Amino acid sequence: MYYDCAEEESHAVKPPPFDYKDPRSLEEAVSLLSEHGEEGKVLAGGQSLVPLLNFRLAQPSVIVDVNRVEELSYLRRRDGRLQIGALCRQARLEQSPVAHEGWGLLGDALKLVAHPQIRNRGTVGGSAAHADPAAELPVALSCLDARFKARSTRGERTIDASDFFVTHLTTTLEPDELLVEVEVPALPERTGHAFEEYSRRHGDFALGGAAVLYTKNGGDTCSEARIALLGAADTPLRAREAEAALRGNRLDEELAAEAARIATRDIEPTGDIHGSSQYRKRLIEAMVRRALVKAAA
Amino acid sequence: MKPRRVSIEINGETYEREIEPRLLLSDFIRHEAGLTGTHVGCEHGVCGACTVQMDREPVRSCLMLAVQADGHSLRTVESLADANGTLHPLQQAFHESHALQCGFCTPGFLMSIEPMLAEARDFDETQIRELLAGNLCRCTGYQNIVTATELAANRMSGAEPA
Repeated sequence: MYYDCAEEESHAVKPPPFDYKDPRSLEEAVSLLSEHGEEGKVLAGGQSLVPLLNFRLAQPSVIVDVNRVEELSYLRRRDGRLQIGALCRQARLEQSPVAHEGWGLLGDALKLVAHPQIRNRGTVGGSAAHADPAAELPVALSCLDARFKARSTRGERTIDASDFFVTHLTTTLEPDELLVEVEVPALPERTGHAFEEYSRRHGDFALGGAAVLYTKNGGDTCSEARIALLGAADTPLRAREAEAALRGNRLDEELAAEAARIATRDIEPTGDIHGSSQYRKRLIEAMVRRALVKAAA
Repeated sequence: MKPRRVSIEINGETYEREIEPRLLLSDFIRHEAGLTGTHVGCEHGVCGACTVQMDREPVRSCLMLAVQADGHSLRTVESLADANGTLHPLQQAFHESHALQCGFCTPGFLMSIEPMLAEARDFDETQIRELLAGNLCRCTGYQNIVTATELAANRMSGAEPA
């Protein structure tokens, strides 16, 4: 299409036209979603949505930009739990002591999320609600048994991680619901953590990965293990059978390999030009094994 | 799709404009403010050429709507050199180390690295490469960009003479 660059006022506007709403309070935000939820889209950090707008792959008629809803940007501990306001920037969580001391798995995962420039804008809630199965935060939050608080004009509800992620880019959130908080329960004493993934370049989406939380009892046997797989299915995937196989046992290399095999036995990752399904399956198995050894060390 | 009135501070100057909400911040900077030092490469957040600083933090200006910067303070590559043209130590180090060939990616690199220079003094090479990982360069192979970053960080801390 011919585009007259000399014409005054003719700027290359990439995203499709939309009505722009920028509520200043949570109340205003949910009322806008109640009005426009079906045809609207929530804009948080924008690091996934804006590329989709630039390519015109997403063409929402209304954008509800929640970046000025400052009451959602908190990060706090309450009764031993970590409460992350949906608008808390990924960089802020990454730089907070809680991502290293109490919930180190979040720190492990955030280091792998794209690049600092992206994490300065990207939000924790946005990554969760975008629900990309190749993204690190949903996998870490699934491993941590996080709970997701959603608000609408109809009220508030809390959703467990196991119910939150439905399929590729889809959560159980209704169109009129706004994710307002991610709550992470306290971890037992003597819990080790590890997030292992393989990507072709640092900061790229990984071809496969695994998050592990490994809790030891007094005698160094495993009292609880949690394994969440990245890139194995259309959602973050908990490997419950492998978790059960670890409980009550002491981890050695043989058991780590066996648990990794069980964890990936039934997965069928989607293959593409960067790696076949079979390759990714073996890759995720290796990531589980490495993460287990690291978390149990 | 009503136009919105915004007031955005860039390099200390305030730009008040009436714009469409869908206008990208990168396009506001280039076409409305006329600051063409900020380059636009991939326009989907991968290449980092359009990196600017908003409230001192490096961000991709192609992944923000200009209306989102209303009331915020931005810095672009034009802010680095003195009014009399003396280069910022980071620019000087890029120049001396041959850290650019075509120069298209350079503004993004500079705006990503600049806020981290004080910390980068204590970085090893891996950490410097991680700092640079959000910006793509197709000419240099990065080696000289790493060298320039080390040089600038050392000079700013006084460890190396300018």
